[in-house]
Amino acid sequence: MQETPSNSFISLAEGDTITTAVETIRDEPLTIGGRTFQSRLMVGTGKYPDMESMVRAIEASGAEVVTVAVRRVNLDRAKENSVLHYLDPKHVFLLANTAGCYTAEDAVRYARLAREAGFNDFVKLEVIGDEETLLPDVQGLLEATRILVKEGFKVLAYTNEDLVTALRLEDAGCAAVMPLASPIGSGLGLLNPFSVRTIKRRLHVPVIVDAGVGTASDACVTMEQGVDGILMNTAIAAAQDPVTMAHAMRLATIAGRAAFLAGRMPRRDVAMPSSPTKGMLD
Amino acid sequence: MDVVINGEHKNVSSGTLLELLKELELDPRAVVVEHNRKIVRRAGLDGVTVNAGDAIELVHFVGGG
Repeated sequence: MQETPSNSFISLAEGDTITTAVETIRDEPLTIGGRTFQSRLMVGTGKYPDMESMVRAIEASGAEVVTVAVRRVNLDRAKENSVLHYLDPKHVFLLANTAGCYTAEDAVRYARLAREAGFNDFVKLEVIGDEETLLPDVQGLLEATRILVKEGFKVLAYTNEDLVTALRLEDAGCAAVMPLASPIGSGLGLLNPFSVRTIKRRLHVPVIVDAGVGTASDACVTMEQGVDGILMNTAIAAAQDPVTMAHAMRLATIAGRAAFLAGRMPRRDVAMPSSPTKGMLD
Repeated sequence: MDVVINGEHKNVSSGTLLELLKELELDPRAVVVEHNRKIVRRAGLDGVTVNAGDAIELVHFVGGG
């Protein structure tokens, strides 16, 4: 049987030397709440057409941090339903979220249940304030953060791209702040690079852009802002070919990071020749 | 006896939470148990008695972003 383009694309990537930004460029690994990660790309596990493509996409993404949600066990078919049936927690770092929570109280409850699963004390904290846009309820977010930090959680707070909220979240003890690129699942890309850059410039804890990326160029532009990492789910899971998109996202994250570290040329309003103007023929 | 598991009424015969998980054919290592709004650690599951009317939540990790 002929190999599909997507397979050959992926196998090419396995042997190359740019698996992590750290290997090729002078960069520090990403450290959040005392844990160090080589990859700056984090991926979700939701909405995949099937579990096999999820597993292969995560592999192709090179991500170490993988988000999961806490939900009721389906008593009829519990095993198939659990993401741990397909993912080995020894190979990925499970970051539980509080997705679907609309109050601080609910989010705290979900976070505690997640921690009891026994993998780590990290939580991707979401307190949603509006059903249509899934934008965060910043008041609830701060309230839940304060409670969870007191209980020893490493809180990674999903928030909007508002500097003051980001500062308050850092003050409240967040291990990382996660401003959105655009609304969850929208695929609109980075709508406000200025605000995200400002947040990154002002905060001391890692800034991970979470949500809104649609394709590889979005991830690249996001990383070019100098943020510490990026988290995405739908952009990979809802692509026609999730595994190849995961590969693209991995490269885009590395490329964007490298471009940021390299320091881009200044923008000019007029052209400037790249070739010498002297030595032209008469 | 009648208990509410994950929001649904169920008739169970188990004495403790650990026995309940066995009755439901669930691996205690694969689920987290909340009993009347209180999380029960894995090691403590055999020490908590199930009573009629109890609200029990059994959760695990599923795909999410």
